[in-house]
Amino acid sequence: MTGPGFFGPALALSQRELVRFFRQPSRVIGAFATPLIFWIVVGSGLGSSFRPQGGQPGYLRYLYPGIVLLIVLFTSIFSAMSLIEDRKEGFLQSVLVSPAPRSAIVFGKVAGGAAIATLQSIAFLLLAPLAGFRLEPVRFVELVLFLFVVSVGLSALGFAMAWRIDSTQGYHGVMNLLLMPMWLLSGSTFPVSGATAPLAAVMRSNPLAYGASGLRELLEPGTAFSIASLPTSVAVVTGFSLAVFLVALAGARRARP
Amino acid sequence: MVESGIEVERVSHRYGAREALADVSFSVAPGQSVALLGPNGGGKTTLLRILATLLLPTSGTARIAGEDVRREPQRVRTVLGVVFQSPGLDKKLTVGENLGYQARLTGIRRAERRTRIARALEATGVSARRAEKVEKLSGGLARRVDLARAFLARPRILLLDEPTVGLDPAARRDFWSATAALRAETGATILYTTHLTEEARSADRVGLVDRGRLEAFDSPDVLTSSIGGDLVTVRGGDPVSLAAGIEERLGWKARALDGAAVFEHPRGAEVVVRLAEAFPGLGSISVARPTLEDVFLRRTGRRMDTADEEARG
Repeated sequence: MTGPGFFGPALALSQRELVRFFRQPSRVIGAFATPLIFWIVVGSGLGSSFRPQGGQPGYLRYLYPGIVLLIVLFTSIFSAMSLIEDRKEGFLQSVLVSPAPRSAIVFGKVAGGAAIATLQSIAFLLLAPLAGFRLEPVRFVELVLFLFVVSVGLSALGFAMAWRIDSTQGYHGVMNLLLMPMWLLSGSTFPVSGATAPLAAVMRSNPLAYGASGLRELLEPGTAFSIASLPTSVAVVTGFSLAVFLVALAGARRARP
Repeated sequence: MVESGIEVERVSHRYGAREALADVSFSVAPGQSVALLGPNGGGKTTLLRILATLLLPTSGTARIAGEDVRREPQRVRTVLGVVFQSPGLDKKLTVGENLGYQARLTGIRRAERRTRIARALEATGVSARRAEKVEKLSGGLARRVDLARAFLARPRILLLDEPTVGLDPAARRDFWSATAALRAETGATILYTTHLTEEARSADRVGLVDRGRLEAFDSPDVLTSSIGGDLVTVRGGDPVSLAAGIEERLGWKARALDGAAVFEHPRGAEVVVRLAEAFPGLGSISVARPTLEDVFLRRTGRRMDTADEEARG
């Protein structure tokens, strides 16, 4: 018997992620509404005390790209968490003993999570005019592609973590410890330019900061708040996603799940 | 090399300091059925996970259809169907969807999928549940759907890990008759683990697994006839003194077990009268052919259910 190849199984697993996601309305709403409320509450609450120099627009607008990133982060990471449920319920075992190659399994799961995250962020991108951004169709497509690459990296990161962690509680712990600081130090909530030198150095070595920066450049070319040129951000984000994907794959190739 | 058999050579596995499997060897001819019988925590599941390519043995070799599970896991997976203790299904999806995804994972061609899925559901008797979500199914039905899933690619070798655990007797019977129907169709080799002797009896070969060791491996008949004749169980009064009395006065080596005195005798029926005469006022005397349970006791020195409790701690 010949093997099933790569794309058949990968597509099947991605599709399953999407079907499952849309069958759980609480997930759909949670991944969207939480950042939305966060944006409105924090954005308008901090808006009065946040005074960018040189007649820059307000904090709601500053925070907007950060919230897009937060949606991508939440959705990717939560999708990857389903790996832990899959293992508990036995579904993962049946996938692992199927002849589908490990690469297809990791890719299917990661791409499925990334697709969900991207769809969620698209919904939020439609609110861009509320934050004062005008989006040309081409820009919109570029944004979606960029967000997909970021999502792949975050989904793969979630996969690599979920592969090693046995409980959803543990996963939440790691998430709070690692991912929230990653987001807070990405330039999403405050600009690198305003940070102290050591903090700025940390922020510049945070791959998610290039996600935030690229997003800003795409939403508002020539923005004062980006830390790198768009090509640099794209390169860093792509490199990060690829690297994390390979780490996730290496983990999944070990015989003991 | 055996085409669709299973060969296990001196396989050991350790979880840290704990030895889960110690030097296990056996082989299974193509088309045979094998039951690994033993208490929970005895190492059966570890062995099955090694054969299913999910766990690497610490030492030793295992081959499935001639392929080494360590070196060629991907090739091994193309001939395997596996049913685990918890069904390998997505509970949020319907029965039909689950099998559809599985068909794509195993590379069944689009043109064949419909007929394969229909056939697998029919053979396991769950066709009527096709549109139901798995989370709505009873435990027994979910197991049969899982069996259909494992069978979809028509595997040459089926591995089942305690597939009937938690099922009531009727659901167990249904599960095994579905398995028999599938085997009749494909002639697959089957290896399953169980802690129920009645489930092991019908296998071509039975392996007794306890504390990581394969204590015996043979056909059930050979195993039971390894006990010298019939098993005589005598109840009445204190079992320890009763056993001592039987040995002293009649010369049969008896021991106390579960509130009774038990001994083996080549012609059990003949001893009943002598016992009744020698010990007036006995509660009961029973003579039985030895079961796999008795073989287990003889080989390991433990009863299966007490070994079960010890394993659970």
